[in-house]
Amino acid sequence: MKCSDFLKELSDYLDNTMDAKTKADLEEHLQWCHNCYVVCNTTKSTIEIYRGTEVYELPDELRGRLHSAIISKCECHKKTGDAAPAKTEAASNTKSGK
Amino acid sequence: METIEKNVAEAPSEETLLVNAARGGDIASFEKLVKRYDRNVFRIAQHITQNREDAEDVVQDAFLKAYQNLGQFQGQSKFYTWLVRIAVNEALMRLRRRRPERMISLDEDVKTEEDSMPREVADWSPNPEQQYSQSELKDILGKTIQGLPAGFRTVFVLRDVEGLSTEETAAALELSVPAVKSRLLRARLQLRERLNKYFKRRDGEFRP
Repeated sequence: MKCSDFLKELSDYLDNTMDAKTKADLEEHLQWCHNCYVVCNTTKSTIEIYRGTEVYELPDELRGRLHSAIISKCECHKKTGDAAPAKTEAASNTKSGK
Repeated sequence: METIEKNVAEAPSEETLLVNAARGGDIASFEKLVKRYDRNVFRIAQHITQNREDAEDVVQDAFLKAYQNLGQFQGQSKFYTWLVRIAVNEALMRLRRRRPERMISLDEDVKTEEDSMPREVADWSPNPEQQYSQSELKDILGKTIQGLPAGFRTVFVLRDVEGLSTEETAAALELSVPAVKSRLLRARLQLRERLNKYFKRRDGEFRP
């Protein structure tokens, strides 16, 4: 197996979505190819770090304002079939709070 | 992440009841769906648009659109996947509006395979993220993912950050499964390459 073949299969290997034979071939390659071993480990870390870190949190205060805006638009739509009036009001409320 | 997985994997029957009630006009049920998924929608929107104000608008408009179109939701996919599709479309629309000079499409196959080939192979420290404070780490991750083409960024966020399956990601983005897989691999490799400079092991050296 060449390194480029290993790389093609890397995502499936990390997600463990491959047949046993392919997996065994990849692991055999990993035993002697240090570069692929490092790329595999650091790619795995990349995923884990992104998965474990909330890069963009929704603060409670903003969350509350967004909820009110969404619900008032839905109520307006339910009554009139249109969300336009509530949209303007809700949008300005949301932005004025920043 | 635990919260997301729990949300997405929750018993479908309860969610179906909420969706059906909301479809019948019960706003309280719809509000429960909003509370269940608003953080996810906000995160996806912020990752795609890279703009806080746009992300707030996307959250509002995506939920409103979902409410208005619940009648068209067939229940063949999960409600969350359907909602993500609406949110991604809203987010891309705003991104295009803000950066009209660059055509942004999920179909674009931006770069060649070579761009994802590892150029630098260096071991990382055992717990690389612990070299940085939480806010420094968020800053590094945000800046790094921002540099990816929108199509790659979106696939990575749905698959690896939000925990959707390959099939669900394909359905939400209206892409084929092989297209999702190809973008995901390239996104992962490109992010890895870009994170090298922060996380690689520097024996005896101070980090920059």
